[in-house]
Amino acid sequence: MKFRSLALAAALATVGLTATIASPSAQAQAKEQFFPVIVYRTGAYAANGAPWANGYVDYLKLVNAKGGINGVKLSFEECETGYATDRGVECYERLKGKGATLFQPLSTGITFALTEKAPADKIPLITAGYGRSESQNGAVFSWNFPLLGTYWVGADVAVQHIAKQLGGADKLKGKKIALVYHDSPYGKEPIPVLQELSKTLGFELQLLPVAHPGVEQKATWLQIRQSRPDNVLLWGWGVMNSTALKEAQATGFPREKMIGIWWAGAEPDVKDVGAGAKGYTALTLQHGAEPNSKVVKDMLDLVHAKGQGTGPKDEVGSVLYMRGLISAMLGVEGVRKAQERYGKGKVMTGEQVRWGLENLDLDQKVLDGMGFAGVMRPVQTSCLDHMGSSWVRVHTWDGGKWNFSTPDWYQANEKVLRPMVMLASGKYAEEKKITPRTPEQCKQ
Amino acid sequence: MLYRENGQFKTTYAADQQIFPIAQDKWFVLGLIAFAFIGVPLLADEYLFRAILIPFLILALAALGVNLLVGYCGQITLGAGAFMAVGAYAAYNFLVRIDGMPLLGAILLGGLTTAGVGILFGIPSLRVRGLYLAVATLAAQFFCDWAFLRIKWFTNDSSSGSVSVSNLEMLGWSIDAPVEKYLFCLGIIVLFGLLAKNMTRATIGRQWMAIRDMDVAAEVIGIRPMFAKLSAFAVSSFFVGVAGALWGFVHLGSWEPAAFSVDRSFQLLFMVIIGGLGSIMGSFFGAAFIVVLPIFLNQFLPALGHLVGVSISTAAVSHAELIIFGSLIVFFLIVEPHGLARLWSIAKEKLRLWPFPH
Repeated sequence: MKFRSLALAAALATVGLTATIASPSAQAQAKEQFFPVIVYRTGAYAANGAPWANGYVDYLKLVNAKGGINGVKLSFEECETGYATDRGVECYERLKGKGATLFQPLSTGITFALTEKAPADKIPLITAGYGRSESQNGAVFSWNFPLLGTYWVGADVAVQHIAKQLGGADKLKGKKIALVYHDSPYGKEPIPVLQELSKTLGFELQLLPVAHPGVEQKATWLQIRQSRPDNVLLWGWGVMNSTALKEAQATGFPREKMIGIWWAGAEPDVKDVGAGAKGYTALTLQHGAEPNSKVVKDMLDLVHAKGQGTGPKDEVGSVLYMRGLISAMLGVEGVRKAQERYGKGKVMTGEQVRWGLENLDLDQKVLDGMGFAGVMRPVQTSCLDHMGSSWVRVHTWDGGKWNFSTPDWYQANEKVLRPMVMLASGKYAEEKKITPRTPEQCKQ
Repeated sequence: MLYRENGQFKTTYAADQQIFPIAQDKWFVLGLIAFAFIGVPLLADEYLFRAILIPFLILALAALGVNLLVGYCGQITLGAGAFMAVGAYAAYNFLVRIDGMPLLGAILLGGLTTAGVGILFGIPSLRVRGLYLAVATLAAQFFCDWAFLRIKWFTNDSSSGSVSVSNLEMLGWSIDAPVEKYLFCLGIIVLFGLLAKNMTRATIGRQWMAIRDMDVAAEVIGIRPMFAKLSAFAVSSFFVGVAGALWGFVHLGSWEPAAFSVDRSFQLLFMVIIGGLGSIMGSFFGAAFIVVLPIFLNQFLPALGHLVGVSISTAAVSHAELIIFGSLIVFFLIVEPHGLARLWSIAKEKLRLWPFPH
């Protein structure tokens, strides 16, 4: 009986407290641009999610330290999803109610779910380097922005890189490439492009799915040992990557022949394997680990030196941290661009931010000015192209850190990808009964 | 004082056999339903609809289905998530492959398909029981996960394996706004709740309960175990399948097999255990506990920290959420092993004696 009354008292106390707490948070925040931060700092993918989140939040703090966007300060709130789609949807609804004007879902599953909701709410979704590949076509996907590249870009560049190592695309004929992928929408994204390329270039494609979260890969690597592919593409996330590298080491597959996508090319993926992953290469979304860039120095001086850093100091400049930082930068620049049209120093709405993202024009001078010299190349979006750039570099793990072994930049082959994007987005438009926007509608 | 049935005489069998023989109960439940249909749409905001009420209703329906099987028929299942997936994908295929298929038709056909699959995976229950059956139904989970990931036909050859549904419409009523989605789910769940309640009071429900309490004795008095068990699987899967279709169509809009993983199966089983085995009301309590509490904790803890001047990191909140949630489950199971529904009925008993307890 005592227990029960205790429980009752606790329940009543909580209800009372909530009532008192709920009231102040309801106050609208004036003159602040609200940035929702959807993260996963817990769960199976926490090791990768945490640096991303720290970079994202740190950049928002950096912008505030520099005076905001034309005087408009940024406010932000994190919401934890644990990589679960239903929690992601809950976060979206929660933060939407607080005045969010752009979302970065950070999970392909959540992106798919939000793609259905964003148009009705008029909130743009930035999926920098992930999400639906066909959403590059802004005429159909008016609210999706897969800025800086998609998985299709990655698949195409990976094949280009292999071809270059072999000394020409014609040498690919008769070769065998295996794709070891996370068995989810994320891992399946590159398959159509690889299938298309295998048809035109004449290599054989072997598909090897790995179930979430990817710690069980013995059977997969046994298959690889049997079929002896010439190259392995790794489309993994989180613990799956380090497991794959360990298995490759155990089965004796040369790490030099393995190429990871950008989500399989960060420090947490290889750190545990250490020297065992030496020679493993990964694509990068323009940037790699950039500890010497100016923006990182600014970050250390203006944010971390004042004790306002979100994460540990030594993480600043690592691959995933930079990705979070650049993702935040793209969102901030979208808002800045929108202010140019709709009034400097004003808080933008979702529709206005979309216009900003759609007319993003970050040339090298602007990027250098913000401290991104050597980190990334220009990004220019338009109504029809929501991706902005498809530059990719390749970096290699030397057992201790990531190095750009080949300083060349790759660019995706538009001749292959554009028709596929148009076809897939056309199919989507037909299914959803969307009329693609005409160039005239774009100008509005 | 108010809650007392003195003076309510039943003069007909019909009056005696009502779902709620006590007038106060009847008016309370009718009032609650009326409030849900009229009051809530006026009061709730979009967040409440889309993030809390809709998932709560859909998972309550799924929990109701699981409760029919686990609570009423005594067959433990760990395949509820898989049956939700079957319902969602079957309804999706009916909708996209048959021209002019009405939404409700697709959802119900999805439920029927799930009933068929449920019977198939219920067959082992004729031979094995208890924990062994739980393991056998777990096979359904793994099989369905595999099937929806690998067999492209189920996902209409979608390259990413993710399918989506939009432009929901029923008899010219386009279900777009959160409040419309809520009313659609609410309508379905009220009907299904009534159906479940009546089933458990009728022959079939009594057969299930006889099997649950002692299957040999039930067989001796002339109940066919095969019919009783398989019908429980069929009906339960039907409910769960409809819930799965709603989860995909109405709540997520776009989904992948991970939305119906083994975690979902465990979640549904916990809902039933915490809510109360063998209680319709309990399914709703359990669903509310599992759906609402984590979200509540997730928002409440930072606010609480803010109040006392401590800022708690997102990761810490998330960990604390799991710890508190877990300990509350243990707490409730110790204090009331029969679930929240039992607490509810104890409260009602006390209320009848109040203000003169003895």
